[in-house]
Amino acid sequence: MMTDTSLSPLLASPRPNERVSRDLLRRGRWKPAEFVFWLIVAASFFFLPDRHLLLSEIAILGLFALSLDLIIGYAGVVSLGHGAFFGLGAYVAGLTSIHLTGEPLTGLVLAALAAGLLGLATGPLLLLRASDLTRLMVTLGVAMLVLEGANQAAWLTGGADGLTGVMIDPLLGRFEFDLFGTTGYAYCLIVTFAFFLIARRVVTSPYGLSLRAIRDNPLRARSMGIPVGRRILGLYAFSALIAGAAGALLTQTTMFVSLDVLAFHRSADVLLILVLGGVGYLYGGLLGAIGFKLLQDWFSAITPQYWMFWMGLVLLVVVLIGRENLNALPRTLLARFRKEGRT
Amino acid sequence: MTAALQTIALEKRFGGLVATDKVSLTLAHGARHALIGPNGAGKTTFVNLLTGVLPTNGGQILLDGVDITRKSQIQRARMGLGRTFQINQLFGAMTPVESIGLAVSERMGGGGDFWRGIGTRADIMNEIAGLIDRFRLTEVMDQPTHLLPYGKQRLLEIALALASNPRVLLLDEPAAGVPEAERAELLQTLAELPRDVSILLIEHDMDLVFSFADRITVLVNGAHFAEGSPQQIMSDPSVQQVYLGSEEHA
Repeated sequence: MMTDTSLSPLLASPRPNERVSRDLLRRGRWKPAEFVFWLIVAASFFFLPDRHLLLSEIAILGLFALSLDLIIGYAGVVSLGHGAFFGLGAYVAGLTSIHLTGEPLTGLVLAALAAGLLGLATGPLLLLRASDLTRLMVTLGVAMLVLEGANQAAWLTGGADGLTGVMIDPLLGRFEFDLFGTTGYAYCLIVTFAFFLIARRVVTSPYGLSLRAIRDNPLRARSMGIPVGRRILGLYAFSALIAGAAGALLTQTTMFVSLDVLAFHRSADVLLILVLGGVGYLYGGLLGAIGFKLLQDWFSAITPQYWMFWMGLVLLVVVLIGRENLNALPRTLLARFRKEGRT
Repeated sequence: MTAALQTIALEKRFGGLVATDKVSLTLAHGARHALIGPNGAGKTTFVNLLTGVLPTNGGQILLDGVDITRKSQIQRARMGLGRTFQINQLFGAMTPVESIGLAVSERMGGGGDFWRGIGTRADIMNEIAGLIDRFRLTEVMDQPTHLLPYGKQRLLEIALALASNPRVLLLDEPAAGVPEAERAELLQTLAELPRDVSILLIEHDMDLVFSFADRITVLVNGAHFAEGSPQQIMSDPSVQQVYLGSEEHA
């Protein structure tokens, strides 16, 4: 055992541990750009009153993408089936309103818990074989099972017709969910922000640090006695829980659920959003969702039939050129231009 | 008194190849014990058996008298068996403070703490600062590990193992690849490791072995070949023939 005496050089001078502490605390501190981002988000509520429906969709998608970023960017687990948790949350929220209560927060909590439990139950499948390909297939498989389950259980879910009769009570008993989506947007924003805060706190905790370490070097993490599997599973369930909450928001703001919430394109879209926005810094999902929805909105306004084509093109450009290079593109072009001008 | 670490007729076969041939080895408490042997003698396999990276085909491993033969890597680490790696196994994107902080947090029961910020527990900070100081990492503590000079990375490799507060520490060629200019610092740090940690040094470098160890075991072809004090090993003609003769004095 290392005894206290072995630490005596340190105890003599308190400075190094202050430096250590300062260095470690720095990582969790809010940066100016983060304040700016959230101020702009809050301003969007007041200055774009006629776009609240679109903005709600963005907030929901952003929250969903945030949940996927947790497992891809922090646990290093890739998934093609995160839509299963989103869809389960959407259904649970809908069923809660029909059979239990129309109170939105109850539905939100139950939906999140149900999705979290599904994550906890299916997560161990991802640990058996830790290759990316098996994980893609396992998550895809789970999502297909959930989709087919919802399709078969038509007595409960309404099957292909969807779940009708979803009625959501006013938020906190006071704010009616209106046609313009104003209450809905405020609700989505607050829930998204709350989950962001929790996620931010988790990834900057010692637990979050251990996840980074596991992703960086699992062999060393094991030899340090870090329970690798348990740590990954915990984050996976937490991520599923957030995805479920995002699904609940969709149900509660649109008052409708259909099998579409479990469709493959949901899982694919959210992965695409993370490719656009980047992984591993928590804002990738939010920024990506904004970019994705605005592009989608814009392309479908110009060419209603071919927006998917343009989306695909953007995706290819981002992946092939790379975000870092895109950011540096103006400078690179300028430098090349200058060089050619000289010769 | 039980040994810090003991193997009894430990065995490992890869198909027809016997990599570890019924090796019985006793590491005393507080020992500075070196395990040497020519290339391919099975030193690395032996370490992998001790740490649980590879399953054994027979024999027993006792840590402080407790049978750990069937325990997982993580369990062994938690029970006080630490190791360093021959090839650095570090967290490249993390800084030394973060890496050591992680190891200390895990040991002090704060590793799964998901609600507290990093750097808020004074007891953990003290431990980290002590290790940073002991391993001479102060100037580079906030730089990404993959950018550190190789000698500093080697020091961090050992610091991470010691941060888990092991009772037994396996050092797998700690000086391998360290440039001459950084060697002295590393050897000095090794010499200053706490005496209450029992150390098994697996090493190729004879200068380091003879300056560090108070007991030496020679492994040849996966089997226990000779054991004794550095003087006995150095003067043993059979050891010189199989090992020192061909390797060191070539």
